[in-house]
Amino acid sequence: VRSILLSLVTLFVPLSLVSVGGGQTVVAEIHRQVVSHYHWLTEKQFVDAFAISRMAPGPGTLLVTLIGWQVAGIAGAIVASFAIFAPTALLVYCLARIWARYEGARWQVALAAGLQPVAAGMILASSLVLIEALEGGWLAQGIAVASTASLMMTKINPVVLMAVGAVVFIALHGVLPA
Amino acid sequence: MLTEPTPTTIQLFNVFSRIGLTSFGGGLSGWMLREFVQRRAWIDEEEFLSGLGLAQAFPGVNVVNLAIWVGYRLRGTPGALAGACGIIIPPAVLVVVIAAGFAALSGYSLTHLVLDGVGAAAIGLSMQMGLIAARRVTTKGAIPIVIMVLAFVAVGLLHISLPLVVLVLGAISVALSYYKVSRA
Repeated sequence: VRSILLSLVTLFVPLSLVSVGGGQTVVAEIHRQVVSHYHWLTEKQFVDAFAISRMAPGPGTLLVTLIGWQVAGIAGAIVASFAIFAPTALLVYCLARIWARYEGARWQVALAAGLQPVAAGMILASSLVLIEALEGGWLAQGIAVASTASLMMTKINPVVLMAVGAVVFIALHGVLPA
Repeated sequence: MLTEPTPTTIQLFNVFSRIGLTSFGGGLSGWMLREFVQRRAWIDEEEFLSGLGLAQAFPGVNVVNLAIWVGYRLRGTPGALAGACGIIIPPAVLVVVIAAGFAALSGYSLTHLVLDGVGAAAIGLSMQMGLIAARRVTTKGAIPIVIMVLAFVAVGLLHISLPLVVLVLGAISVALSYYKVSRA
């Protein structure tokens, strides 16, 4: 078991450090290592774990927690989570400290202003990709658009919105042609 | 924008774990925008969006980076810890519980319908944040708008990998802003 835990660390720590642009960018590599290289999970188990991590609340990268859990139980879940989250968490923490120390410095203003438009473009792009990938056809796409509009125009609690989305989808999916 | 008094570390942890536990379907940074900027006004929109830009450009999970960033801005080191623990630990426990119960649940087609509906509604959160961020960018001149459109086209239409887009466009954009700040 100890060697498996060690493998979890040596696999996920480096992946954590190269995951620029978000946790989803390393999923393909995680899949390759976990299924093809280590044979910890079958293809089906991996797909299920991926689906669960996407639908469950919290960061999608909890996929790694699930992999650790499947491989080595609770200890595996803890070790794997620590390996994927801790290194970059520490980096960002250091950045936040340095940032506070040099508040208002020229490089800081340039970084903040320069990265904002990239972030805006990427978020809009990933929303588009998500809408295209929706299962449930134009009914689901309609719900996504209506949800966006409600959030832009009202102070509605997102939990209410999710519930309404689910109810509308259940009520209409059989009635309307796909 | 007026900001409210600084929250306590416990309050921060509570809000982060609530987001961690209720954000079905993803879009966590949209939830954070909603809770921290729009509902509680603990942090203003500009500062939040700056943090978002950094959180995306840095290695790591964007939402965890953002939680640590926001936590630190509001409450220093304990705040950063509250952000990281709140956004990771409660949902990590939950996801294992869900995985354990998944075999029992997945048989019902209703489960899938609920998830499809929730997933669709959840896109609204990231879309809303994209629109708010975009609205702000349009007030900042032609170059940021061009960079934003390029990022959108590269990722959304051409499907170029995220790290590449962040590194190339991010570097160009930061260099241009640095040039602009230096001349001002």
